[in-house]
Amino acid sequence: MSTSTDGESAVALDETARRFGITLEDYLLPTHGSIRILAENGEIRPVEEQGTAPGHEYPMPELEDLKDAYEALVVGRRVNDQNSALVRQGRMAVYPSSHGQEACQVAAALCLGEGDWMFPTYRDSVAVMTKGVDPVETMTLFRGDWHGGYDPTEYRVGIQCTPLTTQLLHAVGVAHAAKLRGEDTVVLAMCGDGATSEGDFHEALNFAAVFKLPVVFFVQNNQYAISVPLAHQTAAPSLAHKAVGYGMAGERVDGNDLVALLAVLRRAVRLARDGSGPLLVEAHTYRMQAHTNADDATRYRQDAEVQEWMAKDPVTRMRAYLAGQGALDDGEEERIAASAEAVAAALRDGLNAEVAPDPQDLFRYVFTEPTPQLREQSALLADELARTAADSSEEAAR
Amino acid sequence: MTVTTSSDANGNVSTATAQAVRETARESERQSRPAAPVTLAKALNTALADAMEASGDVVLFGEDIGTLGGVFRITDGLTARFGEHRCFDTPLAESGIVGMAVGMAMNGMRPVVEMQFDAFAYPALEQIFSHVAKMHNRTRGAVRLPMVIRIPYAGGIGGVEHHCDSSESYYAHTPGLKVYAPSTVADAYRMLREAIDSDDPVVFLEPKKLYWSKDAVDLDALRAAYDGGSRSGAPGTPHGAAQRAAQRTEGRAVVAREGTDATLIAYGPSVPTALAAAEAAAAEGRSLEVVDVRTIVPLDDETLCASVRKTGRAVVIAETPGFASVASEITARVQERCFHSLAAPVLRVTGFDVPYPAPKLEEYFLPSVDRILDAVDDLQWEA
Repeated sequence: MSTSTDGESAVALDETARRFGITLEDYLLPTHGSIRILAENGEIRPVEEQGTAPGHEYPMPELEDLKDAYEALVVGRRVNDQNSALVRQGRMAVYPSSHGQEACQVAAALCLGEGDWMFPTYRDSVAVMTKGVDPVETMTLFRGDWHGGYDPTEYRVGIQCTPLTTQLLHAVGVAHAAKLRGEDTVVLAMCGDGATSEGDFHEALNFAAVFKLPVVFFVQNNQYAISVPLAHQTAAPSLAHKAVGYGMAGERVDGNDLVALLAVLRRAVRLARDGSGPLLVEAHTYRMQAHTNADDATRYRQDAEVQEWMAKDPVTRMRAYLAGQGALDDGEEERIAASAEAVAAALRDGLNAEVAPDPQDLFRYVFTEPTPQLREQSALLADELARTAADSSEEAAR
Repeated sequence: MTVTTSSDANGNVSTATAQAVRETARESERQSRPAAPVTLAKALNTALADAMEASGDVVLFGEDIGTLGGVFRITDGLTARFGEHRCFDTPLAESGIVGMAVGMAMNGMRPVVEMQFDAFAYPALEQIFSHVAKMHNRTRGAVRLPMVIRIPYAGGIGGVEHHCDSSESYYAHTPGLKVYAPSTVADAYRMLREAIDSDDPVVFLEPKKLYWSKDAVDLDALRAAYDGGSRSGAPGTPHGAAQRAAQRTEGRAVVAREGTDATLIAYGPSVPTALAAAEAAAAEGRSLEVVDVRTIVPLDDETLCASVRKTGRAVVIAETPGFASVASEITARVQERCFHSLAAPVLRVTGFDVPYPAPKLEEYFLPSVDRILDAVDDLQWEA
């Protein structure tokens, strides 16, 4: 049933907490610390320092699994750097890079099952590609060919959303439809720290909790909303605390620790799939580059701060861990680098190709069938283009 | 087709013309075969129920629409009949309602959501403008959003502020939205069924002053015509499909009253006022044609212009403030297309460009029969 009374949902949450042998308060708010499994040097932290509260089991991912995740991480970093280069070369209009946030990007995709959905923001291109969307289709939006380059239903990935948090409600709707049909789909809904101030953030979390929908809200707290630091967005002790007000568990995780991210997000996805309702995961990370190529980050943050986060880099941390485990030899590193280079080459080839847009596409998709008014306007443009073509061929003949 | 207005809805109709309306209604009742009068609200409720029966993908949600049946009772009985998973209350959040509907429509459902009042839909405008209207275009047609946003709209009921706005121009101005505004009981049924069956998102504007107006229509015949003679929800027969196509309303304005001297163009709540004006004009020897626009988007330029070319004069009537409005757009289009047939500039009778007034002042704001007749008088009749 889609609706439930307050009483019913409280009982259900209680039951979830009981399953872990902890109180409802401890289930809802294990936020006294951020969960961190890998230290910055790539060593596993002592269990008592991992920040996991009693009763919360975070399954350590298998080593093979982590190697695949590392490969995605390296590819993600390469994609970010390649795209920024393509912007500098004028091949793309804009690219909001997730450089520094790649562990979050990769984990967001790898925590999901085949039939699960993701609703990303404009900064989540790496997550979108990791979920399986074709790299060049992903970049269509930023090249300026069209406002979206892939079929969301084919990949189960919403079009990267530019307005803040409006997509969280679409995630809620997709989950609601799935639940009404008795499917066990989970939906990951992504947003940033600044976006948590938007009204739709509130409405989406509340709807998801009231209807007990299988949605995992994944907030990448990269410390800045363009130029405005987190302290100017909220007075809450953490963004994870916001979940509690909706009757939803909120967790914090080190967003540059791929091992911890996979552990926390996979647990959240499993709980959502089991019918325990939505969860919120706040990942602490850092946007290493400016908001976009049009932004100048030196106007609002100190280089010392950037350097500090450089030392926490998710890629080097994961590489150190895997090397320490003897899971990465030179051959393996070479293979992964080649696979990243292949994706970068595909991006270069795809985005360097000159594809002339069809002006008539303006009218094709406004409605399922163009209205008479759109047909008239389409004919007007066709006539205008035909006359321009005739003029230029006349000129050429002269 | 004749529309009678309820006693509390005809405050802007002069006593003489209200009398004329009543007489016409009686005349029409005498001529038609006996059919029990049906309210527009009942027609909408029946359309929702029939659509829910026809497809399990149709789900209804909004504020107070479940147990209560909606503040206007349009969803009355639907939760009891179809279950809480098909018709349910949401938390109080209009953006949430519309945004969730977008996601449900992306994932195979046909949501029909209710905004409690016109101005209460404004929190949802970002979802409507940025996503409902654009998703199909953004995805090059990969994602269709078959959803309906029902909005009780416009004034004439003595409502308080935020309960009487004519918001059609905002929606009509936004590419990607279809905008329907029925004015009769029969159209309310047909148009809501069409809106729910449409693969494009539809903003469905329900003139709240007409909710309790009654027409003598055979609702069962309408239902059978829409469902191809089958009331079981089974797909219609070829004959049924033809019947439905013949009654299609989208993009088809209708001549609600024939006339020869001038055309009154109206939609939604203004149609009964236009009909009353035509009736009053007839008593003075002037024959006015009334065209009911029915769907603002897509607009039926052809029917509008055919009437104006025939009569050579036109007045466009709408409750909305006239500046940059649907009425302005219709006026411009008619003028562009019918210039050489016109004996006078096309005039508008609309609400003034002021915020919707308090109940005691709304009669001065709303287009009235007298104001329409004054505009008709101004159509340069002297050669």
